[in-house]
Amino acid sequence: MPVEIPKDKWTGKVREVSFGATAADGGTRSKSIVVGGDTTLPYMQFEAPTPHTPVIAVEIKSRRPEDWSTLLEETWGDAMNDPASWAKAAEAAGADALVLWLTLADTPEDAVKATKAVLAASALPLMVFGPGQVEKDNELLVAVSEAAKGEKLVLGICEDKNYRTIVATAMANGHLVSARTPMDVNLAKQLNILITDMGLPANRIIMDPTTGALGYGIEYGYSVMERLRLASLQGDGMTQFPMMVTVGFEAWKAKESKVGTGVPEAWGDWKARAIHWETLTTTALLESGASIVVLRHPESMKRIRAAINELMAA
Amino acid sequence: MALTGIEIFKLLPGGQRPPHPKANCKECGIPTCMAFAMKLAAKQVELAACPYVSEESKTKLAESSAPPIRLITLKGPGSSIKAGNEVCLFRHEKTFYNKPGLFVRVKASQANIAAEVAKADAYKVNYVGMDFTVDGFAVEADTLSGTSDPTKFADAVKAVRSATKRPLILVAKDAKVLEAGAAALPGETPLLYGADSANWEAMGDLAKKLNAPLAVCADNLDTLADLTDKLKGKGLEDFVIDPSSTKLGASIAKYTQIRRLALKNFRALGFPVISFACNAADEGIAAAQAIAKYAGFVVLDKFVPELLYGLLVLRENIYTDPQKPIQVTPGIYEINNPKPESPVLITTNFSITYFAVANEVEGSGLPAWLLVCDAEGMSVLTAWAAGKFDSERIAKAIKGFNVASKVSRKRVVLPGHVAVLSGELEAELPDWEIRVGPREAVDLPGYMKTALNN
Repeated sequence: MPVEIPKDKWTGKVREVSFGATAADGGTRSKSIVVGGDTTLPYMQFEAPTPHTPVIAVEIKSRRPEDWSTLLEETWGDAMNDPASWAKAAEAAGADALVLWLTLADTPEDAVKATKAVLAASALPLMVFGPGQVEKDNELLVAVSEAAKGEKLVLGICEDKNYRTIVATAMANGHLVSARTPMDVNLAKQLNILITDMGLPANRIIMDPTTGALGYGIEYGYSVMERLRLASLQGDGMTQFPMMVTVGFEAWKAKESKVGTGVPEAWGDWKARAIHWETLTTTALLESGASIVVLRHPESMKRIRAAINELMAA
Repeated sequence: MALTGIEIFKLLPGGQRPPHPKANCKECGIPTCMAFAMKLAAKQVELAACPYVSEESKTKLAESSAPPIRLITLKGPGSSIKAGNEVCLFRHEKTFYNKPGLFVRVKASQANIAAEVAKADAYKVNYVGMDFTVDGFAVEADTLSGTSDPTKFADAVKAVRSATKRPLILVAKDAKVLEAGAAALPGETPLLYGADSANWEAMGDLAKKLNAPLAVCADNLDTLADLTDKLKGKGLEDFVIDPSSTKLGASIAKYTQIRRLALKNFRALGFPVISFACNAADEGIAAAQAIAKYAGFVVLDKFVPELLYGLLVLRENIYTDPQKPIQVTPGIYEINNPKPESPVLITTNFSITYFAVANEVEGSGLPAWLLVCDAEGMSVLTAWAAGKFDSERIAKAIKGFNVASKVSRKRVVLPGHVAVLSGELEAELPDWEIRVGPREAVDLPGYMKTALNN
């Protein structure tokens, strides 16, 4: 019985966005990364090819974190002691891009030093995120932005409370912003409007609609991302941005990943569970539309790389 | 095909000529039969709400409203599991209804079947107040394509059945082998797996004889539709579809195509899908895809608690009704027998948030009052961003639940994520001491032991 496969016909398209400047573009990165350009729901390759392979970025910190799971400490070891060696280790582990996450303890000088060290240690495209406190983010990111002028970094966290400062410095220094909103389609759209109204070209915005980890609200992130992709395909210009999610950050703060003692026996082996927590969360979010996933554990990276290869091979 | 509101109206008491004595009785809660018919057409009410509809009309309406994905039920002596009856492609459009059954595979040739099955059967894990288990087992013959020994297969089925009362899937490509296995399960409804282009006639006859649902397998939709169509000719109605893709790119495409076609009332593919995640390169990732992308049954290679737990949680999350986030009742909860001097911790009434906090505090052994504010079922950050968890609401909860009457020390602990509210809350509650706790529940015990211990 010949079956006519139902194909969606969309009018909209997610914008193509690139970050990381090579020497030809005035930077020092070994390659630029392009994400977006999608004209279908995720991986519906019988309608149109998925234009760009999703990106695995790895989260590294400007100073050794004290609250990370010992499972992560075991795997990264002494590389966690300074961001340059961590960057090298992440690149060796197969990262496509790096996210340098600054901390509250950093001064602007520390932040610039860490950024320069990472840029020197690894030629991968780089994103630099502030600790998530508005005034501190502004202070650190402006310094980093100026010091790395022309590298086409992605600067975050750019949210409704501080977007003016972050967007202004991104515009002045040739960077991108990661626009973060708390799991809401309209808030995401509104922030994109505010940012483009300031004059930042739309192809320099990545959306971070945020998510919860598996068991901690993933269904909200999942559905918001599905709705954002649908809206972008339906032609809503202010949702047509590629999406990134900080899955590692979310998954590794879940108790299931973070700790191995004092938990129910039914949770099974700690390390295996923690990796599943990160990979299952990532799988669901890739398939709801994430173009960039920020991970923490090398084993998760390996498994997600294999999954992405299968999804792209369709 | 679905009937229009007017067509439905003619089948209701108010639409009959002469009118039924109970025409427009309002007992369904809607002023007229016409209005009820319109709501029925829009699937906003259930026909069961009408006490006077005739049996004949019920049958007609049932046929016309046959779900686009047929409901398939597998039954064991102790439990059953349903798949199908789904109505949408995206959970935000309405919700997903029947959670895919998670089955553990048992190979007929493997050692210690009963002991292995018993372990998986006993598995129980709690997530936000709910207990989850494995749904059943898939018993697989030694050789799928060649001939295996029917007696051996039947022995394996008996060994599995001796260790669990959950529903079974019987996996073999030889009808004789399957029949021998099914003979060990009198009175049950197992899933027979499976019919393909080569064996469909024998499989169809067996399914008919046993009155059991039959899985059909092919790597393309044309053949799958062909198989269900031919088997319907034998008088069968209950099918499960295996599009037989082990690669994630092909499987997401096929699962989506099948769901889309089913929702367009393409009856030949209007059945639940089964995923043998156990045959994929990474079964956890393949199972996660199957859960989110429309599978009705998922078969896992082995019983692995740490993976099973993650998949059970993912399934619960994806199948949560987006219109009704899981909530707990707002109020003041006692944890570890708090005394008047124990601290008051504040959180929201989103279940996951509540349980994360309650479990940590309970586990710490430290007594506390947990004040659960009505934040419309949202987590702390989401509720705060949406304006449903602000100082006004918190103050209202503290006064409304009369927290002051329970404590000797007027001290409340705010979640760290809303530290920004502390100033406003001090203004709202001038005689209370406002403390800012950690952002994550997991850090509460440490905080209570150190920062609060003075």
